[in-house]
Amino acid sequence: MNINLTLIGQSITFLVFVWFCWKYVWPALLGVMQEREQKIATGLEEAERAGKDLELAQRKAADQLKEAKAQAADIIDGANKRANQILDEAKQAAVEEGDRLKAAAKAEIEQEVNRAKEQLRSRVAALSVAGAEKILSVNIDAKAHDDLIDKLAAEL
Amino acid sequence: MAGEAQTATDYIQHHLQNMAYGKLPAGYTRADGTVLSESTWTMAHSSREAADMGFWAIHLDSLGWAIGLGLLFCFLFARAAKKATAGVPSGFQSFVELTVDFVDKLVKDTFQHRNSMVAPMALTIFVWVFLMNLMDLVPVDWLPMAAATAAGNDHLFFKVVPTTDLNVTLGMALAVFALMIFFSIREKGALGFIKELTLHPFHSGKWYVDIFLIPFNLLLELVSLIAKPVSLGLRLFGNLYAGEMIFILIAIVFGVGVLGFIGAAFLQLGWAIFHILVITLQAFVFMVLTTVYMSMAHDREDEHTTDH
Repeated sequence: MNINLTLIGQSITFLVFVWFCWKYVWPALLGVMQEREQKIATGLEEAERAGKDLELAQRKAADQLKEAKAQAADIIDGANKRANQILDEAKQAAVEEGDRLKAAAKAEIEQEVNRAKEQLRSRVAALSVAGAEKILSVNIDAKAHDDLIDKLAAEL
Repeated sequence: MAGEAQTATDYIQHHLQNMAYGKLPAGYTRADGTVLSESTWTMAHSSREAADMGFWAIHLDSLGWAIGLGLLFCFLFARAAKKATAGVPSGFQSFVELTVDFVDKLVKDTFQHRNSMVAPMALTIFVWVFLMNLMDLVPVDWLPMAAATAAGNDHLFFKVVPTTDLNVTLGMALAVFALMIFFSIREKGALGFIKELTLHPFHSGKWYVDIFLIPFNLLLELVSLIAKPVSLGLRLFGNLYAGEMIFILIAIVFGVGVLGFIGAAFLQLGWAIFHILVITLQAFVFMVLTTVYMSMAHDREDEHTTDH
């Protein structure tokens, strides 16, 4: 094993390669690696933030849903009330109408009764005169007894 | 293996010899008997020639593979860095980022000072040393034989694992050592650095006592300082050299009959699987220790650890 110029040659080679790696390899690689590290860190941070945003949005959506439900319930309540009111009004109107019709019918019936009574009275007067004629077997002078008959009829 | 009449010793020696290119002096008798008329730069044709070249030689194979694998690292990682996006990473980018992240965390744990160079250096060391070590898992004869065939030279020396060459590991350790001293002086000043070497670990606070303590301190601190790069380089070299050696020995057993072949196959598999751990661990250890040394170089306080 001889020590010779190779020793110096190798020393110089070593320094040259170290210099090359120092200047051209190391900074580029480390720079890229740090850049990626940064990127990943930002990505993770953003993901976390997005998660928080999502949670917030979900909570907001739930709130809005609740509010909407409450509103719907209110509306339905109002509608129900209104419907009942309308129903009541209709009922009342119907009752009133019925009463009116009943009253009208009563009045008509009364009128009919009165008219029938009048007819009946005049028929009874005629019948009584005819009866009396038969009984008396005489022709009653209608004219002479008109007053009497009218009185009779009025008494019926 | 690389020659019919080779003995096991020749085979091992051949495998442990680097492809050396260096200067042989004038009047030198070469391996084939010819005598050089003047000093020449040439390829070594034998281990003796390589040794005789002295310091002025270069291991083409070690350095070639080291540079090649280093370029592979630079190319792959630079391409990944260029293509990288902050989007979803895929395929090779994920792998590169995993490695970078691993090294980055480790360096942040070990090294708390401000120096943008330490982490990239750790990454370079980890991946590059790992790739160089990985060559150890390629069966020992494949690449040398391919190279010998390609070159048309049966006796071509060709070692493919750069980290089994002491020059390579010590070369890196020396570069780390130089950076250590550079950062020490930059952070603490030359005076601070000298103080660190002379006034620790024994320090009384009275100058007339300290003067007598300086030689002891200097001796201790210098030993501790020098031991760092030496142990750093030798550790990696030793582990990989031993691993390579075992692979070569197993390769020899392959040639010893049917039983030898089967036994060697199991040994080879077992050792290779174990070696996956070793090569990764050694690359990791080299990286961690470099980071620790850099951290010590930046430390201003009296936190002198004695481990290395």
